[in-house]
Amino acid sequence: MGPRSRHTAQEGDTLCLLEINARSVSVDLNNDASLLIDIPDALCERDKVKFTVHTKTTLSSFQKPDFSVPRQHEDFIWLHDALVETEDYAGLIIPPAPPKPDFESPREKMHKLGEGEATMTKEEYTKMKQELEAEYLAVFKKTVQVHEVFLQRLSSHPILSKDRNFQIFLEYDQDLSVRRKNAKETFGSFFKNMVKSADEVIISGIKEVDDFFEQEKTFLLDYSSKIKDSTARAEKMTRSHKNVADDYIHISATLNSLSVDDNTALKKFTNVEGRVASDEELKLTELLRYYMLDIQAAKDLLYRRARALADYENSNKALDKARLKSKDITQAEEHQQQCLQKFDKLSESGKRELTSFKGRRVVAFRKNLIEMAELEIKHAKNNMALLQGCIELLKSN
Amino acid sequence: MAAEMEPPPLGDAGQTDFREIEDGEGFFVSTVTTLESPEPSSPDPPSMPAEGISTNGPKQEDISLDDDPEDLFAEATEEVSLDSPEREPILSDGPSPAITPVTPTAMLTPRMGLGTAEMFERSLDEIEEDDSGDTFDMHIAVSDPEKVGDGMNAYMGYKVTTKTSMTIFSKNETTVRRRFSDFLGLHSKLASRYLHIGYIVPPAPEKSIVGMTKVKVGKEDLSSAEFVEKRRSALERYLMRTVKHPILLKDPDVMMFLESSELPRAVSTQALSGAGILRMVNKAADAVNKMTIKMNESDAWFEEKHQQFENLDLQLRKLHASVECLVCHRKELSVNTASFAKSAAMLGNSEDHTALSRALSQLAEVEEKIDQLHQDQAYADFYLFSELLGDYVRLITAVKGVFDHRMKTWSKWQDTQLLLQKKREAESKLQFANKPDKLQQAQDEIKEEIEELEGKVQQGEKDFELISKTIRKEVSRFEKERVKDFKVVIIKYLESLVQTQQQLIKYWEAFLPEAKAIA
Repeated sequence: MGPRSRHTAQEGDTLCLLEINARSVSVDLNNDASLLIDIPDALCERDKVKFTVHTKTTLSSFQKPDFSVPRQHEDFIWLHDALVETEDYAGLIIPPAPPKPDFESPREKMHKLGEGEATMTKEEYTKMKQELEAEYLAVFKKTVQVHEVFLQRLSSHPILSKDRNFQIFLEYDQDLSVRRKNAKETFGSFFKNMVKSADEVIISGIKEVDDFFEQEKTFLLDYSSKIKDSTARAEKMTRSHKNVADDYIHISATLNSLSVDDNTALKKFTNVEGRVASDEELKLTELLRYYMLDIQAAKDLLYRRARALADYENSNKALDKARLKSKDITQAEEHQQQCLQKFDKLSESGKRELTSFKGRRVVAFRKNLIEMAELEIKHAKNNMALLQGCIELLKSN
Repeated sequence: MAAEMEPPPLGDAGQTDFREIEDGEGFFVSTVTTLESPEPSSPDPPSMPAEGISTNGPKQEDISLDDDPEDLFAEATEEVSLDSPEREPILSDGPSPAITPVTPTAMLTPRMGLGTAEMFERSLDEIEEDDSGDTFDMHIAVSDPEKVGDGMNAYMGYKVTTKTSMTIFSKNETTVRRRFSDFLGLHSKLASRYLHIGYIVPPAPEKSIVGMTKVKVGKEDLSSAEFVEKRRSALERYLMRTVKHPILLKDPDVMMFLESSELPRAVSTQALSGAGILRMVNKAADAVNKMTIKMNESDAWFEEKHQQFENLDLQLRKLHASVECLVCHRKELSVNTASFAKSAAMLGNSEDHTALSRALSQLAEVEEKIDQLHQDQAYADFYLFSELLGDYVRLITAVKGVFDHRMKTWSKWQDTQLLLQKKREAESKLQFANKPDKLQQAQDEIKEEIEELEGKVQQGEKDFELISKTIRKEVSRFEKERVKDFKVVIIKYLESLVQTQQQLIKYWEAFLPEAKAIA
């Protein structure tokens, strides 16, 4: 399905209908024909975004082979948390939850535009409005992409794709809000996050028995902070780029009213500059941001494993104590066995997960860097053609 | 009055200069000095020297109508008109520095007793004829800024190189050293000489106390280097603009500025000098006057042009602000790109997959190069675009000033007319006065005043017509120059953008295989 993008935007609270094709930050995950998921369109009303989740499947576990359901962002979060809380998946890297749709930046811009309307010419205003709409569209595309990738990661995972909650998410044709977290549970998860940060201390303190995990731990801790830094700076860079593009809009509008030259080319140039900025953002910044989150998920796996290790070590100590006191030995032995099993299971799946994670990461970086470079080249060539056309026109006058 | 006139008192103390005539020196020398002795040499040196002489013209004629002195004077007049170099010593008596001979015809007309206005009219036409013969071929470069001296008395000296093939210049290539106040001094002379008769004199670059203090104090940092470069470029543009003006080019002060090795120090340009304070007071007075003059614009062209310039002013200021914004943002972009490049390099270092690690380092390098590109582009944004706009915003102020001068000229003319009217009324009132003995005297006085005023009114009208004519010519020249200027600069700017895009293509195309090589 080729890319088609259609949107209608209206004044005030935007009501956008978006049809886009599946583009993923990660590898093309929709490989396995037995379960294909995509988000063909989304609707945004005020603050709420409604995604249409479309599933095509050959699996018998589903009631229909082809169906769609409307979902909200909160539903995705519910699914993610449900997976995280499932003990059985402790040894897996749970794909990071998609971030909340953030229309703050374009909304602020729209506000400023409304205030500054009086000082601008009609043309400038229309142009700025167009830019604003493009920005809304970009944010939109981004959020759809991120939600889609989340689902696709799940569908391509051998174990997670069979999760019951996942199935409900895809299939249940009524409002999921009944199943969503209530206030108590949200508080609970908040508390869990606090505990997790304590885990950071544990994870760095624990003595690692396995070389593989030792390496992974060092790597992930270091990489995580670096990628966080890169993401922040990439964000700043693309924001500056957008500012420059916006300035060109103002300039071309004023030049127009001066009618010094024919600057339709300059106007087109501003369009292209704006697009460079948003493409750059999509490819580079989003890539970094996604992997920043993914690395966090990988780290989470390590925490869980470290905790399991700690538990195992504790159970060993308990067993020794029990043997000393000659009391509850069988119980302690059983417990120790359980912990060992859990730990081994975690280590084994963890190793698998982390290896495939690395592979996935490398492929994703490759894809995005290539695409970004190609887009930059394409835009630069466009720009050049436009500018040269403009120069020709001026010189011939 | 004639009766009161004494025969040329050869031995009279009050007219000692007559002796000089007897000595056989150029008659004109003595004539002029005689006539000038009652009035001290004008305090305002730049005011057209001819003006002093022209007003003397009529007087001269008066005298020549008289008996004995008449003959001497008559001869004197003729002598002088043939020999312009004799004028030189006279003019150099004035406080203004030596004036190199200008087209003889230009100086001659006052001898015939015509007003300054007509003189200029003629010179304008003549110079236009000159132009067809001597095409404009001149290139001025301002370079090599060097700090001279130390501490708060230090200043920046600039090298001014003039390359030309025009015949009015003595050499094909001249190099002199000038300081900023020299430029300001030149502008101040040109402004006081030409602005009030309707010529658009390009404004000089602005003073900057902060910028200069940094330089003086010896701060060797990026901002003071930028400041010096900005100033150097502005001075160069200022000179080029000045010499492109056909009248200003021929001005003796301009030529002296470009050619003589030593220039008297222009102290009146200092902000806190007496002249500086006078300037400020005048500006304030002008502003008030402008508000009170209500001109009946009979000429639609002026009305239209005035409005046009108001609009242009607004638009240019807006554009200038936008471009300054652009420069700022682009500098920001450059900084952010550099910081991202560093971060990407670090990320590449910590990446354990070798091919990806290499690709990330390459990405960091590309971004670094791009950052440099952005910096260069910001430089172009500024020096090509933003500075041009700033220049034009200031130029438009000069244009508006010229329009204001026309208003003032009109106002002066009208005031004189009113005064004349009052005197005429007073005269007719006198007809009905009762005191016959004093009547004759009073009537005579008023008649004299009326005659004088009539002359002034005529002069005022002529001045007004001349300034209007000059402004029309100037405005059309300005418009042509503006369109040319903008076109040239915008083409250059677009070309700089094209270059940036070309470089971007190169960098990303070099990166692409690296990205593809990730396995």
